[in-house]
Amino acid sequence: MSVNVSMTVNGKPVSAEVEDEMLLVNFLRDHLRLTGTHVGCDTSQCGACTIHVDGVAVKSCTMLAVQAEGSNVATIEGVSDGETLHPMQQAFKDNHGLQCGFCTPGMVMSALDIVKNNPSPTEQEVREALEGNLCRCTGYTNIVRSIIAGAKEMEAS
Amino acid sequence: MAAAEPLNTGIGESVTRVEDSRFLRGHGNYVDDIILPSQTYAVMVRSPYARATVNGIDTSAAMGSGGVLAVLTADDFSAFGGLPCGWQVHSKNGDPMTEPKHPILAEGAVRHVGDPVAVVIAESKAEARRAAALVDVNYTEMSPLIDMQGAVAGSAELVHSDTPSNVCFDWELGDEAATEAAIAGAAHVTRLELVNNRLVPNAMEPRAAIGDYNTANGEHTLYTTSQNPHVIRLLMGAFVLSLPEHKLRVIAPDVGGGFGSKIFHYAEEAIVTVASKLIGRPVKWTADRSESFISDAHGRDHLTTVELAMDANGKFLALRATTLANMGAYLSTFAPSVPTYLHGTLLAGTYTTPAIYTNVKGVFTNTVAVDAYRGAGRPEASYLLERVVDLAAIETGIDPVELRRRNFIQPDAFPYDTPVALTYDIGNYQATLDMALEKTDAAGFEGRKAASAARGKLRGRGIACYIEACGIAPSNIAGALGARAGLYEAATVRVNPTGSVAVLTGSHSHGQGHETTFAQVVSDTLGIPIENVDIVHGDTGKIPFGMGTYGSRSIAVGGAALANALDKIVLKGRQIAAHLMEASADDVVFKDGQFSIEGTDKSVGFGDVALTAYVPHNFPLETLEPGLEETAFYDPKNFTYPSGAYVCELEIDKETGVIDIVDFHASDDFGNIINPMIVEGQVHGGVAQGVGQALMEGAVYDDNGQLMTGSYMDYCMPRADDLPNVTVSNHVTACTHNPLGVKGCGEAGAIGSPPAVVNAVINALGDYGVKHIDMPVTAHKVWSIMNANGN
Amino acid sequence: MEAFNYRKAGSADEAVSTLASAADGKFLAGGMTLLPTMKQMLATPDTLVDLGGASELVGISRDGDNLVIGAMTTHATVAGSAEVHSAIPALAALASGIGDPMVRNRGTIGGSIANADPAADYPAAVVGLNATVNTNKRSIAADEFFVDVFETALADDELVVSVSFPIPAKAAYQKFPNPASRYAVVGVMVAQTGDGVRVAVTGAGPSVFRASSFEDALGGNFSASALDGLSVSADNLNEDIHASAAYRANLVGVMAKRAVAAC
Repeated sequence: MSVNVSMTVNGKPVSAEVEDEMLLVNFLRDHLRLTGTHVGCDTSQCGACTIHVDGVAVKSCTMLAVQAEGSNVATIEGVSDGETLHPMQQAFKDNHGLQCGFCTPGMVMSALDIVKNNPSPTEQEVREALEGNLCRCTGYTNIVRSIIAGAKEMEAS
Repeated sequence: MAAAEPLNTGIGESVTRVEDSRFLRGHGNYVDDIILPSQTYAVMVRSPYARATVNGIDTSAAMGSGGVLAVLTADDFSAFGGLPCGWQVHSKNGDPMTEPKHPILAEGAVRHVGDPVAVVIAESKAEARRAAALVDVNYTEMSPLIDMQGAVAGSAELVHSDTPSNVCFDWELGDEAATEAAIAGAAHVTRLELVNNRLVPNAMEPRAAIGDYNTANGEHTLYTTSQNPHVIRLLMGAFVLSLPEHKLRVIAPDVGGGFGSKIFHYAEEAIVTVASKLIGRPVKWTADRSESFISDAHGRDHLTTVELAMDANGKFLALRATTLANMGAYLSTFAPSVPTYLHGTLLAGTYTTPAIYTNVKGVFTNTVAVDAYRGAGRPEASYLLERVVDLAAIETGIDPVELRRRNFIQPDAFPYDTPVALTYDIGNYQATLDMALEKTDAAGFEGRKAASAARGKLRGRGIACYIEACGIAPSNIAGALGARAGLYEAATVRVNPTGSVAVLTGSHSHGQGHETTFAQVVSDTLGIPIENVDIVHGDTGKIPFGMGTYGSRSIAVGGAALANALDKIVLKGRQIAAHLMEASADDVVFKDGQFSIEGTDKSVGFGDVALTAYVPHNFPLETLEPGLEETAFYDPKNFTYPSGAYVCELEIDKETGVIDIVDFHASDDFGNIINPMIVEGQVHGGVAQGVGQALMEGAVYDDNGQLMTGSYMDYCMPRADDLPNVTVSNHVTACTHNPLGVKGCGEAGAIGSPPAVVNAVINALGDYGVKHIDMPVTAHKVWSIMNANGN
Repeated sequence: MEAFNYRKAGSADEAVSTLASAADGKFLAGGMTLLPTMKQMLATPDTLVDLGGASELVGISRDGDNLVIGAMTTHATVAGSAEVHSAIPALAALASGIGDPMVRNRGTIGGSIANADPAADYPAAVVGLNATVNTNKRSIAADEFFVDVFETALADDELVVSVSFPIPAKAAYQKFPNPASRYAVVGVMVAQTGDGVRVAVTGAGPSVFRASSFEDALGGNFSASALDGLSVSADNLNEDIHASAAYRANLVGVMAKRAVAAC
């Protein structure tokens, strides 16, 4: 069965006919060509697919596209202001919080969610809040630094 | 001319990464992000059994399933070769290794869970997946060979029925008789049996490949998640599909981590290439993570007995290591080199041990192929050595730091010939050890231990001094040792008319930051901002040649090629500048982006020279060609030898056995450093994988050959809250034989950290009389040991 | 994932009737277990009835001495609820340790207990706090609800509507997570309730169970030292590559003591 879904993605209304079983991540990647949201596992653990739905971080690989009907969806592509990086993105760059870049969109989306809930997190709080995001490159040290620095910058600005 | 503002983008600067902006905005271009017009989707049918005959495959139901375009089996690939092995090892009796065929798709037998049997190609991935479930394979299941010791037993059945045994090679290195004599006569011999646990590389991007055949010109394009597109073109083109280079373009765009697992040529690459021509449309395959677990080459998996002989003063006399190394069911691209030449040759470590002998048997089992994973052989060598040295310290009562110092190769002893075939060019092992001890407050340990004890925790401290051979590899040495290809690197520097520069490099970047570090080398040499430098990699259609990224070789080999190409640019630039200034090229010097004549105020900028090269009005054409583009191939004279000392401090919870790393310091000697920020990040990542190996990760097969750790539900990937803040320090002894004085830093963290962590655990458990615990040292194991024997 | 029909129910009643009309339907709550299971083709329902539109299933309220949590209330909501923090802080703490932040933003209490994963956290809360599971048909006592591995007292057409937790005098939950999945290898909820001390153990056995010897000891002396020398039998405890039965038995004791100390 297919169904028409409509939602707002990065501020723009979108609408499409999709299979009932289409995952939200596939809708974003294949239909909308927003390929910044990645798929790194099939057991809902790696967090590379993290996006925001109605303001909260979710794993888009574990949600049906139709479940986002009427929702406000934010992906990594909507975070920066054009070429100008969001303070959190800039903090990842300044603190070398990424290497291969594959987990990075999910990390940034999680980071924004962490800071939303806790504007000035401690190192331990950041480490615990990253429980749902795997990175194989960085050993997390610089990701944690990035998020703390990004939080400070966001609070200041 | 006024002095320009310093660029701060040269060698030694922590320049933030050029590539980050696209990754941070979600604009990376990974293989699975690519959708070609009229693209189709492939899904593999994989063996659910570890060992079975394939009696027949009925594809009719799958063919009738919606959206299906083709279902292919081995019969469709009969015109092609098997997947080749790139390194031939010889046994000690001189025989070449056993090299059974590795078919693209199973030919009458499957040999591990995940072995591909058929492929379904359909309009959508969902349709291909549904049809794949309908492919009816008639198997006769057989009892698999999983355990290496069982597989080498005389009575064992065969993984490959056409081979004499499950031993792929029986290799040796070193002086057996001298080692035996030294061990027999030694005041003390420490013996240790240990396992180097099997790991699943788990780059966060699952492997993917797209085959795209162009009917107009007969050219194949393969997009693939590879660390070395030229190597894939060579292996697949020449050995598997018989495609000439000019009809096969291999593109490895942004690649989400490799750690070795994306060096190798995999069946899926050949499958999508063939299938695309067959159906006349692009064919994409992307692994699910659960599929990656049973199809990506695994790492490590050694079973070793090691003996270290010492005199009464703790001076090492001899080392003997006997190893069974798992090859898995088939020989992956570089598998035979890993436990042999990348392992046995490192057994001297940082020590003067005069007699060393190692015997390694490569063993076929009904498991996924095992090949290079971050460090590849060198972590195994470092681990057995640093574990047995630590145990020797316990047994002899000599402080582990002191025991190492007594046996270090001294700083004035270089170049140093080891008894296992290598010549270390330079190093200073005392310096990194001193630094690591100082940074981690060695003197304060007893106080911290007492404080931990007061909180009910056992505190332990472990050190490890590693060395590795990187910058792989001098082609003449590699060739003599069995490599079937050269291991040089190529770089082309193309100066554009307006003075911007494109570097075409065979060194592929999949997280290492080449787009920044290589640009820094250019910026430093030519005196231009890195914004004006474009590092092009990952496309055989653009880059003349290259052997790719592995073995910490990019800056040491690829960077050296770049440096040499830049030298050629400067040389030609001087000739052009001489022409412009009506001087002799011999009198022109190049500094800070300016060509000038010494002792005069005559000077022309790099930009003017570049423009002139392409607008050669009045050019002396008989002596000077237009254009400014140079290529260099660099073949290293020796390996490079990064070394260092790592210190780990941890606490163990007595009630649960849970280990908490409270301090970790890495003190490394990588030679000269191009970008300290990036180097530190490489160490962080390597240590994370090493700590993962030491405490968390391990691939476990059951007796039926089913992978029990086949997803992140059971394979424990280190998370942010599992790892400490790693601190680093550096001591520099510049490599003596490459133009940048660099050694490479990608693997060190994964090499030095496992023994440091395990040594710390054993140290913490000192009161329990524990000699050794095999990795991963889980809380469960620690608790079990603490509670065994009535403790 | 196999094809299926998606139906979004606007109410609990509609969800039940929609499911009844499907040949092989399932309720979709947060989907944190169901969707991955379907991706692996380990479940292939022909219809999913999404409970996400049934607003009466969401919410947290005080009902006398009980805290009532709607079945579709997410773990994040429970973890962040001032009402839960003031009434049963241990329950908020338990919810804050389920899965990871993204899972907590979608996963629900109703989905968790209906799935009855032997390593899930919520069953320890339901049993340890002596909760009542309210369905569209009846109320089920905690001790009757969890039956076996992935098996509950729920009928196929029965929908969890809410869970009612009597507010305990004290309670605490301690979990030893599986290092890979972060599910509970062992999780222990200890509570001083109106019916006496309850100690519920998840992760260790095929289903959540009460450690009666611990309850007896704590009933006389509610302190960690009361558990000294006591242990649960390792017989019938789970054993897998992550933990032996003996290790789990040890962890039950350790986590119980820590929970008592945290009360």
